[in-house]
Amino acid sequence: MSGAILQAPKPTLSLLPRRDVVLPAMIFLVFVLLPAIAALTARQYLLDVGARMMVFAVAAVALDLLVGYTGLISFGHAAFVGLGAYAVGILSAHGIGEGLIALPVAIAVSMLFAWLTGIVCLRTRGAYFIMITLAFGQMVYFIATSLAPYGGDNGLTIAARSTIAGWPLLKSDRAFYYFTFLCLLATYLFCRALVGSRFGRVLRGAKENAIRMAAIGFGVRRFQLVAYVIAGGLGGFSGFLLANLTEFVAPAYMSWQQSGELIVMVILGGVGTLDGALLGSAAYLLAEEWLSGITENWKVIFGPVLVLVVLFARGGLIGLGSWLRRRFAHV
Amino acid sequence: MSTTLFLVQVLNGLQLGVLLFLIAAGLTLVFGVMDFINLAHGVQYMLGAYLAVAFYGLVGNFLVALLLALAAALLFGLLLEFLVFRHLYDRDHLDQVIATFGIILFLNHAVRVVWGAAPLTLPVPEFFTGAVVLVGGLLYPVWRLVIIASGLAIAAGLYVLVSYTRIGMLVRAGATNARMVSALGVNIERLFMIVFGFGTMLAGFAGIMIAPIISVEPGMGDNILILAFVVIVIGGIGSIRGAFIAALLIGLVDTLGRSFSVDILRLMMGPSSARMAGPAIASMLIYVLMALVLYVRPTGLFPARGR
Repeated sequence: MSGAILQAPKPTLSLLPRRDVVLPAMIFLVFVLLPAIAALTARQYLLDVGARMMVFAVAAVALDLLVGYTGLISFGHAAFVGLGAYAVGILSAHGIGEGLIALPVAIAVSMLFAWLTGIVCLRTRGAYFIMITLAFGQMVYFIATSLAPYGGDNGLTIAARSTIAGWPLLKSDRAFYYFTFLCLLATYLFCRALVGSRFGRVLRGAKENAIRMAAIGFGVRRFQLVAYVIAGGLGGFSGFLLANLTEFVAPAYMSWQQSGELIVMVILGGVGTLDGALLGSAAYLLAEEWLSGITENWKVIFGPVLVLVVLFARGGLIGLGSWLRRRFAHV
Repeated sequence: MSTTLFLVQVLNGLQLGVLLFLIAAGLTLVFGVMDFINLAHGVQYMLGAYLAVAFYGLVGNFLVALLLALAAALLFGLLLEFLVFRHLYDRDHLDQVIATFGIILFLNHAVRVVWGAAPLTLPVPEFFTGAVVLVGGLLYPVWRLVIIASGLAIAAGLYVLVSYTRIGMLVRAGATNARMVSALGVNIERLFMIVFGFGTMLAGFAGIMIAPIISVEPGMGDNILILAFVVIVIGGIGSIRGAFIAALLIGLVDTLGRSFSVDILRLMMGPSSARMAGPAIASMLIYVLMALVLYVRPTGLFPARGR
């Protein structure tokens, strides 16, 4: 019976593309064109900034699955990113620079950690969940700092980017950029499909009212655990990309401030939209780039902005966009 | 490991536990009564330490500096409450987390702008410098004993305050069901402000007391905040008693784990692998402890809320 209730609404036919396709299409178009813009304007650093945006967008989109669609405020998401990055770093330190090995390992390690901690975390609710994910994140952080053979506090330099089947395909920055682009696109489409699926609707139902979902026969916690593990795996995916981007891994990747920044990206863009996570990570890194040009302590400016966003601009950039559209629709 | 060394580490663990209690007490009350996650609680601790250094530089007397710093920490906390936190009490946890995270970013870098990024130090008050001989020829710094004693005194005072006074009764009632307390005609906003100010002051006090034995630097409140979270999660949110027991537990487990993990592991494996695995295991201990407690009791050891 429940299957019938949860059937997807019939797609409406329209000649114009739907609005929720336009925005992500535009974002991805900008990302495609960015290397050309960087080359034309001779601003090579744009390539690096763009790649960073996309790497963090992978993690942010995954986090939005939890925060926006499942109602689980995970404050330890950077741990998954860090685990993925360390998988690349540690394998590389042992002479294994093959991406076809490192990538599955990075994802598997993160998923395993998500599964083990998820079992404990999901026994708790609300604020306890925030704090316990925070604590598990710190746990991984401190383990990484005590890994003396792998650099400890100082981190670990990676000899070279991962090879693909033995070929150094990701060696050039531009090739790596487009590889990251494809990874982000795949992540986005996967998450889009996931939230639109029956599975995603169960998650959203449980976010609205877990008791009701349980009453109509869903093992809510198991769905949430699967979502947590998927988000963790995608976090590891992002970590794989991050390690290859910077050719360096450090415990700082999984500090709780980093987890906080990932949440900020999701909120800044607009929670529960996936597109918001794309926008938010881009906006955050742009703000960092721009404000840190003004002052070294750019967070003195960014912190209050964040407070103001929470107090006055709920819904983030996406919310702001639709407010503007409503406001000026009749003009 | 000798008995003396063990005793020293137990005292160090107690000192960490007491410090954690001072921070966790405010955190758990604010959370219990107002259902408000205040990530910025750690920076209040940092601010306390910085204010103590600043006022000590002005007046040159630790006690006066302590009082001035406490007052300033309280004022600043109330200002934050008035400007920001007050508007977040009825928001969801996500909004609270983000806004208070913004305050952390701001304050961590604001102290850098004001006092510079280099660590500052505060001398131990003259009267309490040096070490005393405890049982068995054991030398121990007096100031650490002062921290332990003042923390225990505050814990006792809090216990009396919460258990036997009218305001304490309101706080306990608020932690159980704030809306009901409000419906019974208590000015809940004022209660919130008192609890918040009090919690801020305790965190500031912890920062002031620890300032003479650690370096005062930006971000010093961040890691202790996480430990305080672990404490209140284990103790049960909203429970002072739980926070006290959990704080001592975490302080002891963490300190003893760090001191003796290598020795204990050496009984089971070779010295080199013990030296490698020891620190990693020691830093995991309290989180494993938390996971175990939460697995058995998802709302902590002494949950205050009757949900």
